[in-house]
Amino acid sequence: MSTAYGVTAVVLVMLAAVLIGTFGIRLSRTTSDFYVASRTVSPLWNASAIGGEYLSAASFLGIAGLILLYGADMLWLPVGWTGGYLVLLVLVSAPLRRSGAYTLPDFAEARLESMAVRRMAGVLVVLIGWLYLMPQFQSAGLVLRAITGAPDWAGGLLVAVVVAVNVLSGGMRSITFVQAFQYWLKLTALAVPLVFLLLAWRADGAPGLTAGDAAGWALPLSSGKEYGLYSTYSLILATFLGTMGLPHVLVRFYTNPDGRAARRTTLAVLSLLGAFYLMPAVYGALGRIYLPGLRGSDMVVLTLPGRLVGGAAGDLLTALVTAGAFAAFLSTSSGLTVSVAGVIGQDILKGGVRSFRAAAVVAVVVPLCLAATARSLPVADVVGLAFAVSASSFCPLLVLGIWWRRLTSAGAMAGLVVGGGLACGAVLMTIAGGPHTGLTGALLAQPAAWSVPVAFAVMVVVSLLTPARIPPGVARTMVRLHTPETLDLDRGDWHPRSS
Amino acid sequence: MSRASASGGPEPRRPRREVVTSPRTTAARHPRYPATREIDEQTRLGEVYMRSLVRTQFRLALFVCTVLGCVVGGLPLLFLLVPELRGVLVLGIPLPWVVLAGLIYPGFVTGAWLYVRQAERNERHFADLVDQAR
Repeated sequence: MSTAYGVTAVVLVMLAAVLIGTFGIRLSRTTSDFYVASRTVSPLWNASAIGGEYLSAASFLGIAGLILLYGADMLWLPVGWTGGYLVLLVLVSAPLRRSGAYTLPDFAEARLESMAVRRMAGVLVVLIGWLYLMPQFQSAGLVLRAITGAPDWAGGLLVAVVVAVNVLSGGMRSITFVQAFQYWLKLTALAVPLVFLLLAWRADGAPGLTAGDAAGWALPLSSGKEYGLYSTYSLILATFLGTMGLPHVLVRFYTNPDGRAARRTTLAVLSLLGAFYLMPAVYGALGRIYLPGLRGSDMVVLTLPGRLVGGAAGDLLTALVTAGAFAAFLSTSSGLTVSVAGVIGQDILKGGVRSFRAAAVVAVVVPLCLAATARSLPVADVVGLAFAVSASSFCPLLVLGIWWRRLTSAGAMAGLVVGGGLACGAVLMTIAGGPHTGLTGALLAQPAAWSVPVAFAVMVVVSLLTPARIPPGVARTMVRLHTPETLDLDRGDWHPRSS
Repeated sequence: MSRASASGGPEPRRPRREVVTSPRTTAARHPRYPATREIDEQTRLGEVYMRSLVRTQFRLALFVCTVLGCVVGGLPLLFLLVPELRGVLVLGIPLPWVVLAGLIYPGFVTGAWLYVRQAERNERHFADLVDQAR
């Protein structure tokens, strides 16, 4: 593929991100601006921004790669990443917005009136954020190496620097506009090449799969992966329940004016994601036909245009896809960095704008170092692990916190420690110790099926055992979480500490 | 000293004063406290209002999650138990791909739309209930 086109694409995306980001500078001066863009973001911008932030390297490159490798079973990955928003919509979106919390630790504090639970939630936000950031930087390295031959660490470093500059200069408002722009860029960058690929495939006589693939790869539960049914169910559980606990997604809900708008925004997000996720499967299938022996499955989306279309048109399309990939790295990394930096800045450092800036640097540097040292797994697999941790810790906290009055601070704490701990342990063993084989390997690679029920059970049982620790203000909190804003009610005087 | 004696002459006939009162048709419906205040002061009645709202919304959420669970949880099982389904071709594409890579997404959006409509309706009912009782 042509280096010049690819480099131009990367430079353009980076420049655009920085330029659009700096538009917000003059407007964002107070702490509140930095954290949540002052809640003046319109619903369409908001939904695009959530979509832009959410569609990471795993969605843009990873899914197609895993489908190319493992076939129909991996179709569940995009299904879960979309369906998670349906679960989030019905269980969490409006009450979470009404809680007035900017972040997950804020929610934990508001609902459970406990600083200990708040701190534990903060630790988990940082862990999930880093686990999510690490593969983004690794993929950036892979892509940059593919187009320029640069060493692996260079791509990650490039993305990290742009993200840091952006977050440091504009805070969240600029990020909102950057993110909204990135959703549409990513959609275009995947859709336009796909049209050309399908035309080229038709012109090529529309070749089908090999007989072996049609009988195995294309069918569910027959890819030859061990414990396929367990893995499928565990994947479904992790993705459907993990979405609600992703720190960079939840902070966006605060930018809705009220709970009703939060629901409508989620509905819009669901439509935007559904449109996007129709495409990776087609890329995966085309990859299986044309690139059966591809090494490094994450590169399938980038390789196909050059292989099928070829010539100058192929180069241009490859450049477009590269731009989309970098948009994906930038947007997800920015959102995660803001969230992680928010927690570090507020709960570990003193709070305020200066702490937020110092925290942003820490938030980027640690995963950058991890990316350089950790074993390289397919990006969608590592992101899947982040979902598993989120599903085993924040999902029970949010669901029980919103709907169950008898949740106690002790129960929540125990559930977060046990659920989050088990999932993190499995992640560590998979990334650092792997690859494991057999049943152990399946259980560790997809921990959600056992860690989520354990987390729920611990939270419920410990709460029932410690009825004295039910927060005194729970009735008022329930009024705040569930009543429509049009009613004039006493909702308590709690405010997030970041305001 | 009265006005009549001050003016000296005989007092002119004045129309009789009438006290006009409203027909007390609505007053009887006012409870001592408005419902919002019952909720604010966390009386037992206020708790009943709150629990009814939370329960209605939770039932709706649970219903959506159950349907979702049956569809999403049932599909792998269906493909496992009825292996012939895996190979069924729809317009040349295997059925699992048609469902998982296509039809399920509009399904999600439709479900979400129906949910939002019903949840907002529930909230309107609650607001009417609380307002009426004022």
